[in-house]
Amino acid sequence: MTVFGFRIPAAFSLLIWCVIWEIIGRLEAVFIFPPLSGVLVALVKILGQNNFHNAAIISLQAFSWGMLYAVVVGVAMGFLMGRVEAANKLLGMWVNIFASAPLSSLVPVLMLLFGFGQTTIIVTVFLFAVWIITLDTYAGIRHVNPSLIEMARVFGAGRVQLYTKVLFWAALPEILAGVRMGLIRAVKGVVIGQLLISVVALGQMFARYSRSFLLEEFWALTLILFVFALGLSSAIGWVEQKVEYYAGTRN
Amino acid sequence: MNIQAANDTAATRAIVEVEGIGKIYPGGTVALEGVDLEFPTGQMTTLLGPSGCGKTTLLKIIAGLLEPTAGEVRINGKPVFGPGPERAFVFQDFALLPWATVLRNVAFGLELQGRDKSERETIAQASIEKVGLAGFENAYPHELSGGMRQRVGLARALCVDADVLLMDEPFSAVDEQTRRLFQEELLRLLEKEKKTVIFVTHSIEEAVYVSDRIVLLSPRPGRVNRIVSMDLDRAGLSADEIRREKLFLDTVEDIWQTLKQYLTDERMNE
Repeated sequence: MTVFGFRIPAAFSLLIWCVIWEIIGRLEAVFIFPPLSGVLVALVKILGQNNFHNAAIISLQAFSWGMLYAVVVGVAMGFLMGRVEAANKLLGMWVNIFASAPLSSLVPVLMLLFGFGQTTIIVTVFLFAVWIITLDTYAGIRHVNPSLIEMARVFGAGRVQLYTKVLFWAALPEILAGVRMGLIRAVKGVVIGQLLISVVALGQMFARYSRSFLLEEFWALTLILFVFALGLSSAIGWVEQKVEYYAGTRN
Repeated sequence: MNIQAANDTAATRAIVEVEGIGKIYPGGTVALEGVDLEFPTGQMTTLLGPSGCGKTTLLKIIAGLLEPTAGEVRINGKPVFGPGPERAFVFQDFALLPWATVLRNVAFGLELQGRDKSERETIAQASIEKVGLAGFENAYPHELSGGMRQRVGLARALCVDADVLLMDEPFSAVDEQTRRLFQEELLRLLEKEKKTVIFVTHSIEEAVYVSDRIVLLSPRPGRVNRIVSMDLDRAGLSADEIRREKLFLDTVEDIWQTLKQYLTDERMNE
């Protein structure tokens, strides 16, 4: 962007929004928006707190396990649906329903099945992330150039070689895009899971802050989660770019 | 035109035999019907015909990529039911791995055979030099022109040292000038390699220029209509001289008349 011939860095627009936030906060126009400066002070305070560290570790564990299962199961299901028409007919409808269903409403049911502990949260994270990973992997496998599969067969590839040396790499850009989107949903899954269940860890902190109208802390915690999700997603985005050099030239 | 006797000498013993091949696609389209053909060792045979005559289908059946609904394919007298190491394939759209370098692409057939890295790279290197791609070993396919990509496809097929080279319209995605040069180089290369080549094209000139024998397929259902042999002694003639030879021009004209007949017949049937 250029204004009066000066080049303005992209981060500048973020700065404008920060200023607007600060002004609205100072004016006390909308009570749920405290000034940004206050939020940042709260953020530093929270980052130093022990109960935040504990909450972060528990949440990170739930996030990592749920995400790991989601990637393994999602990629495997996507491959299966992409390669076996019967599996696609059998699973496709359900995957699409779950991918767009309001999963939050399922969490109370999960609680009955898996109890009030960490397991339910891991399952919630898994359910939030797995469907989009499945759908993207499926799309990736379906888009593999049929010539590449014929080529592998004609030069003697066995089933395992076809998957590990051709199909996986050919579908990698879509798989990564699916993982990136699954990741963002998984962060939501952790918080929603923790909010709806016995209210533990980050969920507990969110509940306490909002109940006691500690809005500076509330927004600070939101910012922390936002930065975490954005950071992870850009990390995957960076890997995606590394493989993009062929993504556009596949056909 | 004379129809070639397949067993005239030991040198032209058929390495690939196709007997009674028929192919009906799901949905009832008859792509091929009762195709009997023999492909003599060391010769270049072209399958030529208008689109819809099943020439690519026949090539893929010979490659073992498609299953025929009738008949059988024999290589060296033995029936085959799938791809095998005695056949290599060059694809119309090159079918290169976009994430792999030229070197790895060329060596890919050997990689699938489980040969170790240094051995397969030595063989691939020699193959890359044969097709004139030396210096591009570490380039990626998207950095190459269409013609160069097809050289990679050709080098990959040469690498596995198959006796039979199956080429599916290899030059159709390449521009005209590059195609002519490529055809000349292919002839020179095959002279040294002593391969049996089965070549699919829809270009009459290309078929007559590169082949020893041209099999004309008629469309819907695909059947062998005529076999034309090119008894042109190419030795000592430059590419341009070949293209001006009377026999070359007459054969092109003769094949065109036959193909034109298919097209007018088809129009009458509509």
